[in-house]
Amino acid sequence: MNIFRNVVFTAALAGLLAGIVMTVLQAGYTVPLILQAETFEGAEAPHSHAATSGEVGEAAVDDHAAAGHSHGGEAWAPADGFERLAYTALANIVTGIGFALLLVAASELAGGIANWRQGLIWGFAGFAVFTLAPGLGLPPELPAMPAAELIARQVWWIGTVAATAGGLALIAFRATPLWALIGVVLIAAPHIIGAPQPVSHDTPVPADLHRRFVVAVTITNLVFWLALGVAVALLRTRFAAGLSAKPQRRLA
Amino acid sequence: MTPASTTHSVDASTQSRALQLALAGLLGLFIIGFMGFSHIEAVHNAGHDYRHSMAFPCH
Repeated sequence: MNIFRNVVFTAALAGLLAGIVMTVLQAGYTVPLILQAETFEGAEAPHSHAATSGEVGEAAVDDHAAAGHSHGGEAWAPADGFERLAYTALANIVTGIGFALLLVAASELAGGIANWRQGLIWGFAGFAVFTLAPGLGLPPELPAMPAAELIARQVWWIGTVAATAGGLALIAFRATPLWALIGVVLIAAPHIIGAPQPVSHDTPVPADLHRRFVVAVTITNLVFWLALGVAVALLRTRFAAGLSAKPQRRLA
Repeated sequence: MTPASTTHSVDASTQSRALQLALAGLLGLFIIGFMGFSHIEAVHNAGHDYRHSMAFPCH
């Protein structure tokens, strides 16, 4: 399991680095906007989405109540301030490693990321798959904003990510025009189907605050993915030169 | 080694490589799925700002 070990090691380091970068960016650009939006959440209803989504229907209310968003309710939640940021950092690093595992596995199947410029291209592909495509139908949401049923949105999100990844892979790694055309259709299909939308888009959150949040989320994710791609590229070449200097097969 | 058995062992190691890469990818999917889509209340609250900042579908 040499290859598996190398992939996990590379991904862990790259995910740690990119996760730290992401945390710094979020602390500066997205979290302040989330905190600002939460003040509207309190103003609109007694601190629970269940109350605000009453007009959406019984099922949606149940779903919101189950998913729970009540800070300081019965369920545990980190205290505001340092503890909350620490858990955000932890989530960033853990999922950074998850994204890095996917990136390394996919790129190695395609021959491996050879240099930092290829790392940027792979990183941009990850950004397109995980941020750009799902963000078109389901723009980043702030607290106190209405949304369609959670499960439906998660299904659309996962389907869009899978279709976009598959479409990009067909375009990049199949040489025939027919496969490229199928790739384009795959990328467009989730948007033709359309993302689940809330019954009403009414929200106390100012449109300008939401616009700034969408831009902040998109750009911080772009930087995260580019950092992840470059980190994988640099770590991979470092390992190829160092750890597995013995004439094995090419490094995983 | 006969040419046939050489080919066989190369195939086997290519298969093993693909399998290990697939395993690593699955592990990544599992991690992202757990952090991004968990309905466990404590995980949900801990990752709240993160999920909003990643535009994951949230509550």
